[in-house]
Amino acid sequence: MSEVKYSKEHEWIKIDGEEATIGITKHATEMLGDIVFAELPEKGSNVDKDGTAGVVESTKAASDVYTPVSGEVIDTNQMIVDDPSKINEDPEESAWFFKLKIKDKSEMDSLMSKDEYEKFAKETSA
Amino acid sequence: MNIKKTSLNNLHIKYGAKLVEFAGYQMPIQYKDGIIQEHKYTRSHSGIFDVSHMGQLFISGGDDLTNDLEKIFPADLKKLKTNQSKYSFLMNNKGGIQDDLIITKTSDGFLIILNAACKYNDYEVIKSKLDNQYKLNLDESLSLIALQGPEAKNVLNKVIPGCDSLKFMNGNNHVYKNEKVYITRSGYTGEDGFEISIKNSDAETFVESLIENGSKLIGLGARDTLRMEAGLCLYGNDLDNDTSPIEANLKWAIPKSRIETEFLGSEVLKNQFQSGVKKLRVGIKPDSKVIARGNTKIYNDKNQEIGKVTSGTFGPSVEHPIAMGYVDNSYSTVNTKIFLEVRGKKIPANICNLPFYKKNYVKGEINV
Repeated sequence: MSEVKYSKEHEWIKIDGEEATIGITKHATEMLGDIVFAELPEKGSNVDKDGTAGVVESTKAASDVYTPVSGEVIDTNQMIVDDPSKINEDPEESAWFFKLKIKDKSEMDSLMSKDEYEKFAKETSA
Repeated sequence: MNIKKTSLNNLHIKYGAKLVEFAGYQMPIQYKDGIIQEHKYTRSHSGIFDVSHMGQLFISGGDDLTNDLEKIFPADLKKLKTNQSKYSFLMNNKGGIQDDLIITKTSDGFLIILNAACKYNDYEVIKSKLDNQYKLNLDESLSLIALQGPEAKNVLNKVIPGCDSLKFMNGNNHVYKNEKVYITRSGYTGEDGFEISIKNSDAETFVESLIENGSKLIGLGARDTLRMEAGLCLYGNDLDNDTSPIEANLKWAIPKSRIETEFLGSEVLKNQFQSGVKKLRVGIKPDSKVIARGNTKIYNDKNQEIGKVTSGTFGPSVEHPIAMGYVDNSYSTVNTKIFLEVRGKKIPANICNLPFYKKNYVKGEINV
């Protein structure tokens, strides 16, 4: 069974055993506006919790994408590089960013549940 | 300082605007459709822009007004016909640009449209250069609405009949709800369009009637992508106190008849006309999808820094990243290979012609 958690940097992370899929939340896309560029980490590279693991740019500005946990990048989503507008259309499903082999599952403990994230998002955007 | 609101503030909220502070005003950055849809709607239909934060400075009184204003601005104001407009500059003594502006000759003087962030300083500078016989009125009882796009003339003509006979960079008095409005055929998007100066109390109903006739409100976000595609400068990004009109590649706006005459900054400008300049504003097209924004450093193929980007975004109509910036004069030729430093990487790009998007202004006779 998979579990979805959320970070304060507005990433979502779906955990399936040792693997995790990471993307940005719908709330993040609404704050960013129309996304016109996406840059992803390299397959095979190692990323550290809270470190930069990609970039999204809207017409207005560039924003870093952080990884909520450490691990090795095992897959990236070329679809969002080819057509960044897909991130606005379906941010929490098909427009995922990258998949990781998780290094340390205890890093998940500091992340938020869906309810906690929704409350956090509402408070920080008010 | 209290944040100011334009007369359309309630309307912005009604139509779902995201509001931001810009030059001391609460302004819409975008509405519900988002920047790309708003940009494309302006190019394909027509868009309404609240530009009421800009300054509308009326100067009148005295027979020598034209002469005295020519001592300030490098425009050929003597040749300007009533209701004709010219793009010009308020320069400093070093030839740098304090503001870029549009001067229109009115029946009793001149109307100067100023950038919001510069308007109070402009007013003080202009007032200090003119003697007291002239009346200066930075009129904040008026709103300024821009209507831009291929459908602009049809939409506006339904609300204010007869305005479609205006030629590009010309204006005239019209009537809306028994009140005088002043309309010029001008804009900042690369499209045909109009700018309407209207009483604050009439602005909201006027804009609602434009919306009823098929136009949509467009935010500052799309205004920025539209002007960049059109190769137009934004004061504070592409123009500033340390940059002259020659360096900004806006030499065309200084008429030959004025080069030998005196105006604010004329000495420096005359030298630059004779000896050339070290840096020049150019169009920049990155090879890849990477966007280079303002302050991105520019390098040559020997890894030497040769300039910097002043504006950059993704162009929704050209469907590619676009930028403009200043480079050392020797790299300003079209098709020169340059490199943009984005997030530590050198991104290849080319110097290109401006605009990125071809203009569609109405010149001469009315186009049908």
